[in-house]
Amino acid sequence: MATPDDRRYSDEHEWALFDGSIVTVGVTQFATDSLGDVVYVDLPEVGAKVAQFDKFGEIESVKAVSDLFSPIGGTIVEVNSDLMTMSEKVNQDPYSVGWLIKVEASDAASQLGKLMDAAAYDALTAEE
Amino acid sequence: MRDEQSLKKTPLHLIHVAGGARMVEFGGWDMPVQYPDGILSEVRSVRSNAGMFDVSHMARFQFVGPEAVAFLDRMLAADVAGLRQGRARYHVICNEQGGIIDDAIVYRVTEDQCLLVANAGNADAVKEFLIPAAQQNGGVFFADLSDDVAMIAVQGPNAVEIVDRLCPLPASSVRPFRLRRGEVAGIPSRIARTGYTGEDGFEIMPPADRATDLWRALEAEGVVPAGLGARDVLRLEAGLMLHGNDMMVENNPYEAGLERFTYIETPGYIAGEALKAIRDAGTPRVITGFRMVGRGIPRHGLAVINDGKEVGIVTSGTHSPTLDDNIGMGYVDRDLSNEGTRFEIDVRGRLVEAEVVPLPFYSRKRS
Repeated sequence: MATPDDRRYSDEHEWALFDGSIVTVGVTQFATDSLGDVVYVDLPEVGAKVAQFDKFGEIESVKAVSDLFSPIGGTIVEVNSDLMTMSEKVNQDPYSVGWLIKVEASDAASQLGKLMDAAAYDALTAEE
Repeated sequence: MRDEQSLKKTPLHLIHVAGGARMVEFGGWDMPVQYPDGILSEVRSVRSNAGMFDVSHMARFQFVGPEAVAFLDRMLAADVAGLRQGRARYHVICNEQGGIIDDAIVYRVTEDQCLLVANAGNADAVKEFLIPAAQQNGGVFFADLSDDVAMIAVQGPNAVEIVDRLCPLPASSVRPFRLRRGEVAGIPSRIARTGYTGEDGFEIMPPADRATDLWRALEAEGVVPAGLGARDVLRLEAGLMLHGNDMMVENNPYEAGLERFTYIETPGYIAGEALKAIRDAGTPRVITGFRMVGRGIPRHGLAVINDGKEVGIVTSGTHSPTLDDNIGMGYVDRDLSNEGTRFEIDVRGRLVEAEVVPLPFYSRKRS
């Protein structure tokens, strides 16, 4: 699957899709490929605050637990509650139905500048 | 980083790599953890059809000679003398203090010949325990067959029917926990009706140089290649212990729930006195199966908590795709080990409720 060029990426393999001050966050295909089958996702409560690049949850495959780091700081305004019972959606399409949280970003423009575009992210994962 | 150069490779290594398997280090071996379809899909194949695992990394030790059976009965908690030819027994191998060195299957091949299949990660420890003693006994001859003989486990509800198509014996004539020689896909093999998944099936031992031929023949019959990831889920669902995870040399077979597989009555058995003392004293903790009531997956090493106090430790845990539940096992204070008892698992700082359930978690329907 091609890396969508409508969003930005962190080196922790998360993506951020900006729609004004509301930013949707998920993990990349590279992340799901290395995780394998996702069987559990632990997400924060709506209303919780998260700083850019800080841990906001956990994602578990059959074999391993990984921390989730938010590519964007702000207040969590929505979480993908489908993942409580259907965590396999993260594998099905990590860039759409497998989204994780929506964050209201305080200073979206300056945070955006600290993230990579799709080409830079592809270059990073090609090295790994 | 995985230092691939220093890892041992089974005769099926190239077939795994060519099949797109993800390779990991396991017990000193470079092994497939999963094939491209993934662990959940592989588990489903084994539970609903038939899957196969390369288990050539496990150790295969042969003991031959007039003293072989008596020797093994002095060293293993297995009652080999009571095993008729062609039969197998799962048992523990304990040191003189009663600590578990490994769990293994011993096959009585003939009157004076036995085959011992031990875990890959414990091959050296088992050798160190058995070989010096064997060398002092003129009536026992030891051979390590691990490099010359491969081993493929074919497991699942359709495994017997599929192997029968390739085996004129037929393979179905080999009853559970028995071993016979026969040809599978024209390849002379030892055929054992044993496994580690909770399903019916075989562990087939062809010569190492024919292992890829056997693998391809099984694949052509629809058997799905599976890796160590699926194997770990399957064995845990079936309540089977993994040495190195669920028991260590610090553990004894009574707390590990393996009393049924610990025969200590052979006169002169090396761990007999120690094990009798441990059994009679009783163990404060016992291996206990549980399911998660709250959201969370138990993992190896997490603490079991009751009333704010640590009352046990998780040794294995996973999401069970077959049961669609999160399950685990671990050592828990004996008074909290009864079915229905509730306690909490400390999931990285979050206390999640769990409930004791009987082992195994999963049993296949028997026809």
